Amino acid sequence: MKILVNNEAREVAGPSLADALDELGYADAVIATAVNGDFAPARSRPTLMLREGDRLELLAPMRGG
Amino acid sequence: MEVYGVTLASRLLLGTALYPSPAILAEAVRRSGAEVVTVSLRRESGTERAGQAFWSLIRDLGVRVLPNTAGCHSAREAITTAQMAREVFGTNWIKLEVIGNHDTLQPDVFGLVEAARALTTDGFEVFPYTTEDLVVGERLLDAGCRVLMPWGAPIGSGRGLNNLYGLRAMRAHFPDVPLVVDAGIGLPSQACQAMELGYDGILLNTAVAKAGDPARMAEAFANAIRAGREAFLAEPMPPRDMAEPSTPVLGMAFR
Repeated sequence: MKILVNNEAREVAGPSLADALDELGYADAVIATAVNGDFAPARSRPTLMLREGDRLELLAPMRGG
Repeated sequence: MEVYGVTLASRLLLGTALYPSPAILAEAVRRSGAEVVTVSLRRESGTERAGQAFWSLIRDLGVRVLPNTAGCHSAREAITTAQMAREVFGTNWIKLEVIGNHDTLQPDVFGLVEAARALTTDGFEVFPYTTEDLVVGERLLDAGCRVLMPWGAPIGSGRGLNNLYGLRAMRAHFPDVPLVVDAGIGLPSQACQAMELGYDGILLNTAVAKAGDPARMAEAFANAIRAGREAFLAEPMPPRDMAEPSTPVLGMAFR
């Protein structure tokens, strides 16, 4: 399915968010996830099923003021 | 300074952005004596993994982190970002920013209060980046905030305390609330001035990170903040319009 990952079009098989993160190379990354603007806790990733056109945000620690 | 039940020996909270290198950032944090540093969340590339390296650096410093919601322009964005930050950083603390204007990075105080209420209800301990407006301060306290962080001047401007009267009024109006000047400080003397007004702490980033020698400037700020605090506790003399001789005039010759 086609989804947007950090605003870039990507093709993933899924079907779960955890599967997609594995495919995209984030399996061991310290990141937080949101789907369609809503926070998706880490514990929900194996059971959260993605759908065509979903917008996925993958955020990691960064410098900040 | 005590915030949300945590006692901090240092009254300087330091940002982690804009440093010339990670090593200089680490040295600046060490020389500042700061026990709290601000961090953020940004999109992570699957190949670069810049965030992972940064997080490793911060953890090695052994300081407490205060994640921010910088760049959020609505309560909803800020709430979602805060939830994501809590999971990644493992803290209920959140420096809440809801920006209302691109040029001044002025807080959207309406969205700020809305987000503060939702986040407090959700168990967050909110550090709101706000203005010196007293009514907004009241609303933030009503929403559950236990600390207020008014700006000194626009973020990154280095202009110091733009509204001295407003900041003084805020201190007087909220005598028992921890108040931290957040944003706009450019020089140690400006931080010292805020502390002399009775502010509890200073949060800054650019003034240290963009100095020619960031680590040295970090130490200069630490010293200025300590001096300002001591001066406040020592109860400064009231200013006078006219001169008052300090040397006794009694016993003066030739009179």
